[in-house]
Amino acid sequence: MIEVRGISKQYGNKNVVENVSLQIPTGKITSFIGPNGAGKSTVLSMMSRLIKMDQGEVFIEGRELSKWNSNDLAKKISILKQSNHINVRLSIKDLVSFGRFPYSQGNLTKEDWKYVEEAIAYMELTDIQDKYLDQLSGGQRQRAYLAMVLAQNTEYILLDEPLNNLDMKHSVQIMKVLQKLVREWNKTIIIVIHDINFASCYSDYIVALKDGKVIKEGTTDEIIDPTVLKEIYEMDFEIHNINGNQICVYFT
Amino acid sequence: MKTRYLLLAFLILSVTSVFVGVKDISPLDLFHLSDEKLQILLVSRLPRLISIIIAGMSMSVVGLIMQQLSRNKFVSPTTAGTMDSARFGILISMLLFTSASPLQKMLVAFVFALLGTFIFMKILERVKYKDPIFIPLVGLMFGNIVSSATTFFAYKYDLIQNMSAWLQGDFSVIMKGRYEMLYISIPILIVAYLYANKFTIAGMGEEFSTNLGLNHKKIVNIGLTIVALVSALVVLTVGMLPFLGLIIPNIVSIYQGDNLKKSLPHTALLGVVFVLFCDILGRVIIYPYEVSIGLTVGVLGSGIFLYMLMRGRAYA
Amino acid sequence: MHNKAKLGTLSILAILLVVFYMVIDAGGNWDYILPRRGKKIFAIILTGAAISLSTMVFQTVTNNRILTPSIIGLDSLYMLIQTGFLFVMGATTLTMMSKNVGFVISVGLMVLFALLLYHFMFKREGQNIYYLLLVGLIFGTLFQSISTFMQVLIDPNEFLLVQDKMFASFNNVNTDLLLLSVAGIIAVTLYFMRFAKYLDILSLGREQAVNLGVNYDYVVKRLLIIVAILISIATALVGPITFLGILVANVTHEFMKTYRHSSLIFGSILISVIALVGGQLLVERVFTFSTTLSVIINFVGGVYFIYLLLKGNKA
Repeated sequence: MIEVRGISKQYGNKNVVENVSLQIPTGKITSFIGPNGAGKSTVLSMMSRLIKMDQGEVFIEGRELSKWNSNDLAKKISILKQSNHINVRLSIKDLVSFGRFPYSQGNLTKEDWKYVEEAIAYMELTDIQDKYLDQLSGGQRQRAYLAMVLAQNTEYILLDEPLNNLDMKHSVQIMKVLQKLVREWNKTIIIVIHDINFASCYSDYIVALKDGKVIKEGTTDEIIDPTVLKEIYEMDFEIHNINGNQICVYFT
Repeated sequence: MKTRYLLLAFLILSVTSVFVGVKDISPLDLFHLSDEKLQILLVSRLPRLISIIIAGMSMSVVGLIMQQLSRNKFVSPTTAGTMDSARFGILISMLLFTSASPLQKMLVAFVFALLGTFIFMKILERVKYKDPIFIPLVGLMFGNIVSSATTFFAYKYDLIQNMSAWLQGDFSVIMKGRYEMLYISIPILIVAYLYANKFTIAGMGEEFSTNLGLNHKKIVNIGLTIVALVSALVVLTVGMLPFLGLIIPNIVSIYQGDNLKKSLPHTALLGVVFVLFCDILGRVIIYPYEVSIGLTVGVLGSGIFLYMLMRGRAYA
Repeated sequence: MHNKAKLGTLSILAILLVVFYMVIDAGGNWDYILPRRGKKIFAIILTGAAISLSTMVFQTVTNNRILTPSIIGLDSLYMLIQTGFLFVMGATTLTMMSKNVGFVISVGLMVLFALLLYHFMFKREGQNIYYLLLVGLIFGTLFQSISTFMQVLIDPNEFLLVQDKMFASFNNVNTDLLLLSVAGIIAVTLYFMRFAKYLDILSLGREQAVNLGVNYDYVVKRLLIIVAILISIATALVGPITFLGILVANVTHEFMKTYRHSSLIFGSILISVIALVGGQLLVERVFTFSTTLSVIINFVGGVYFIYLLLKGNKA
């Protein structure tokens, strides 16, 4: 379980994140939503030790983040940020094999390679696994990075806007993979997401942030509600049930 | 308000500058000058003051223009290879024409400075990764290459120590008859002032300026020509003044903003005050000897620049 | 297999060049020539290895292919130290002073400077490594101002002593220093082995490295210290060769076309040996000592650097 207690972050004099406390439900997809500059990515980065927090604590399975050995933590929790431009000539397979680093320290065993192959297959990249990253489209590259995170095989997976730069087909594909991971492997997934309808259709739990604070959290049904959404985004929403999905219409 | 203080500082420092030196001349002497003292004033002290004023003004303004054109706060003649190229040019002119006249040296240095700055701007266009900190790194490395070429020839013709002498800014060698070329930069600065608005627009990018009906290429070329000319003039007469073109415009932009027309006079004035201050400091600190201006500007300049880097980071 | 074939080719080429260098024009004078040339070759291999290893590591840590560790001001500091010695002590005392002492002081000061710089920069959170470099470069310019100031004041005859130090040269390498350097470089390299496995991961960038369990700040700081020590030793041994690292590291990337640092580092060492021995042959046979190796390397490396920039690097 991940528990966040009163974390804050300041840049200069600006409070980017202020006293955020959360309990992330295990075995579910939790979405972080909110307007631009709400501090969603910063919270995610602090939860995964990419950024140090100024105040507060994050507990992963009851142990405080700084008490964890970094390598052990990498077997528990993985984080994928949105910008991944590197100038290294890597094939998809190479990249995905890096996901096994916490287990193998670079010397992959047969078992490690099995995980790598599975992850590649899971993301449907087997046909192009020997292609280099700079030859891929944005969507393929995103899936390659996700495959790396899968190979890392952690209980908790944190994704910062995984649908960025993806078309609708690939967005849906990725969200379905995430759902499958939760259902079949009992993973806990936290994503930062901008498209409210993706959050509505695919997540189990939603945390809404605004101006660095949590202003609402609850199950998807509780949050996808015209009055709640209006408070978060300061605009009017209509919500329609279409084939069992709650769809937000906000194009007034 | 600020301008008034700056002007006051400028006046006080100018007067001090004239009356500081090995030969004692006090302001009272002005009314009954001996021939000797008059000579010193006319041959040494006043030319020194004038060259400081022009050099300080020119280098700061040129730095400001470069920063506008490249949209990068860290670009200046020192961090873009301009100075190094000018120096290379001087060396080449000395090798080609054994007894090169100052004008010949100036022209060759100008051509090289122009070429060097132009190459740097080309590199800027091509570099994909535009981290603002990365650009001056590229520029300084580029400058290193140019100066290693200079060293190569200097080594071959046994001119290294000579070259060190002009590498370093020094006002103590300024005398009547040796600095007058600096006057050329005054009309150039006036041109710069007239073009100020256009530089600001050109700095916004090619598409932006075309949209406003401006010939982007032409403006950039005029800007670079001004930069190269002035740098060549200053290197040739005074020597290198590291970081001047970098820190002065940055300080001014903190309290004046980035509108060139407004900030240009301030930049020029602050540049003069800073160089005057450094010069006087260098003259009194190990009196009766002198620390060269290159060193004082270098030490104070890098200190200020480091401070600004650290300070700036808080807002990054 | 492919990588091994490439490394094999490089090894053969390097060995051929070394052998050629050793025996050419020997004229039967083996007892005299072999130890003399052997020493030069040894110095070349040592500096080549130190510089290419450190540049490789440095470029991976900074995620940038057009940077070199000398950029943090170490070259300028070295010149300042040499000028300072001469300025303060004068030529006579300087020539009497033990070479070892001068060497140790130079290396010590350079490493100390690098450590202070790192310490200062890493104390602040959210450090951008380019800030570190820029600050280092500014110190470099500052050191240069001071050396220039002293150089102008030095007696022209004494100045020749400084001038010799400005250019890297393998011609008069001191045997004692060579042994000292070997010891230093081996010790540092052994320490480096502990961190070697992280290099592949570090090339993915900070966030990925942290995600994969690398204790990023700790590892990067150690690696940068290793880089500083290696560069300091190499510079103090033969003099500054600023652009060798850039040249070698980029040629290696072009040639090896891999991300695996085990191959990259080994390849870069071989390539630097080839470049240096080839360059030394040029200096001795073609230019008959009328120029120095560092001038050639800096020139070729510099031109290549401009080409890299104009090509539009993917940094």
